[in-house]
Amino acid sequence: MFADLFAYFYQFADVFAFLVLSAAGLAVIFGMMGIINMAHGEFIMCGAYVTTFAYHDGLPLPLAQGCGAIAAGAIGVALEATLIRPLYSRPLDSLLVTWGLGLIATQGTLIVLGSSVAGIGTPSGGFRVGGYGFSTYRMILFAASVCVLAFIYLLFMRTRFGVHARATMQNAGMAQALGVRRNRIYALTFGVGAALAGLCGALYAPTMTLIPTMGSTFIVEAFVTVVVGGASVLLGTAPAAVALALIRTGLNGVYGQVFGQIGLLLAVVLIIRVLPQGFSGWLAKRAS
Amino acid sequence: MRRRSLISGAAVLPVFAIVGRHSGLGADPIKIGLIEDISGDLAMMGLPKLHGSELAVEEINNKGGIMGRQILLTHLDPQGDNARYQEFARRLLQRDKVDVLIGGITSASREAIRPIVDRQNELYFYTNQYEGGVCDANMISVGAVPEQQLSTLIPWMVEKFGKRVYTIAADYNFGHLSAEWGRTILKPLNGEIVGEEFIPLGVSQFAQTIQNVQNAKPDWLYMLNVGAAQDSFFEQASAAGLNLPMGSPIKIMLGFEHKRFAAPTLNNMHAAANWFEELDTPAATDFKKRWHTKFPKEPYINDMGYNAYVALYMYKMLVEAAKSTKKDDIRKVIDQGGACIDAPEGQICIDPKSQHTSHHMRLISVDAQNQVHVDKDFGVIQPYWLGQIGCDLTKHNDKEQYSPDHLPKPS
Repeated sequence: MFADLFAYFYQFADVFAFLVLSAAGLAVIFGMMGIINMAHGEFIMCGAYVTTFAYHDGLPLPLAQGCGAIAAGAIGVALEATLIRPLYSRPLDSLLVTWGLGLIATQGTLIVLGSSVAGIGTPSGGFRVGGYGFSTYRMILFAASVCVLAFIYLLFMRTRFGVHARATMQNAGMAQALGVRRNRIYALTFGVGAALAGLCGALYAPTMTLIPTMGSTFIVEAFVTVVVGGASVLLGTAPAAVALALIRTGLNGVYGQVFGQIGLLLAVVLIIRVLPQGFSGWLAKRAS
Repeated sequence: MRRRSLISGAAVLPVFAIVGRHSGLGADPIKIGLIEDISGDLAMMGLPKLHGSELAVEEINNKGGIMGRQILLTHLDPQGDNARYQEFARRLLQRDKVDVLIGGITSASREAIRPIVDRQNELYFYTNQYEGGVCDANMISVGAVPEQQLSTLIPWMVEKFGKRVYTIAADYNFGHLSAEWGRTILKPLNGEIVGEEFIPLGVSQFAQTIQNVQNAKPDWLYMLNVGAAQDSFFEQASAAGLNLPMGSPIKIMLGFEHKRFAAPTLNNMHAAANWFEELDTPAATDFKKRWHTKFPKEPYINDMGYNAYVALYMYKMLVEAAKSTKKDDIRKVIDQGGACIDAPEGQICIDPKSQHTSHHMRLISVDAQNQVHVDKDFGVIQPYWLGQIGCDLTKHNDKEQYSPDHLPKPS
């Protein structure tokens, strides 16, 4: 009995972690800046590749993963300052530019680094509950996803940077008049979003095949979670991930992966029909 | 003055005649159209295919080409998009008017362009192993088929590991048809499929599948997962401690997983292969040396790249035997039987009834250090199944794909 309950929880935790980690970076950038980052998958790939190379160079895995996240964040800051900033008032153009960047990143990686890279083995071994074997690392991923949510909350609600960032997003002109350095806030926020995407890639690198197009396996889940979550990364991402994970886990368990995938996408269609602003819009309305 | 110019003038006439005749023979290159993915999800399997074709073309051209004509290889990259496969097939056949079309990785891409090839009535070499059954006079299949790969592998796995099998397959035509073949071959062995899962392409998370497998307690896994995302299964299964024997017609020699994943992830994986880079016959060793000289950074010479290389030599043999590049002349050569070449795996021949290729099959296994070794040599196996069920391209062109559950209607 306990073994079965734990198995359900493990499956739920696995899908929840995947949704949260894929979506966090995208949610920050979209929620705080209104930019749809079509290169999100490529930041994930960047984090995964940097982690793998750092690990093969001898760094311990957690350190290598940190490097992956930081590398993605640094690239994000650089890209924001040069290419994205001129396009804040032009959302369709920013879509195009980030999509183009994604293509350049994928093809560039293919040309320079080849079609695949030797992977890292999944660390931490496994444990058994009842008749099932589980991977400890997947539980670590779940813990990481909870930490990411906590980190986003603390960063944007409890730090001065967070206050400045939220002020800039609400009313950039007023915030600037009060002394907030708008461009620096934009760059750092984009960097945080890129770093979270890099962290996703870094965390999943030991469990997946490393090819230049690996970001595409995260994209659907990331966009779907952000859409269902709505504009506020604080109010929206977590409930969206919980709801979608429950649906997908349930369908996966009973009907298999095909129906899990179909059910997830159908659920998204239904949810945004009923709640056009996503969960965060609904929760914000209830709060007021 | 006038006499000398008359004599020198007369002297050059026979020279012109000789030169004129030779340039008529050697002028026209033979145009070969190649459609292979070198970007996108299948890039790591498509790149060796392009390299194999390029190596063969270079070798053949250096030795004088085919019937004195050089080969002009035109390669287009469809990036894993079946719509582009169709667009490029049309472009190569209609606009560029190639003499022969080679290419395609997934069975979906092959079925996307086969109707186009049939309409244009041109010759098409499909160089991948696949689920078998295509009875089409316009297609020559170079890769291994189920009677060569599965009728050897599955009985061996059942004898060694047991009768309970769990199938994990990619959710498209290849996955479904290969799963069907698994069921068909297991039945007379009293084998039992204790579970069957079809996974959409691009899915990379397998926690639920692993749990289902643990629930069903099979003796071994029949792996038909395709694409880089689905390959993540091996890492995740190993981390969860699944440790079951696995058998597959498409792992190891196609996608060289044993080189890409850390040991012991591919431990206890078994396959039946006509080519794998670890093959060490003298012909294979010489072939590998030539490949690595031209492509020193190649991570693995996979079975697809080898088939692509061999296909060009097959075409050369056929054109030289037919003394023509016309499809009907080439088919007459195949119909007579004996259309064989000496390939690095050994001698392989094209079967007249099905236009599929015989292969020397070996059972290969991966150990805990991700090393490959040969466990059994099955010898040369003919592609007998299509002829057995009634496909006879010497008599009629069915243009259909058959499977154990979809046989030709008795006529």
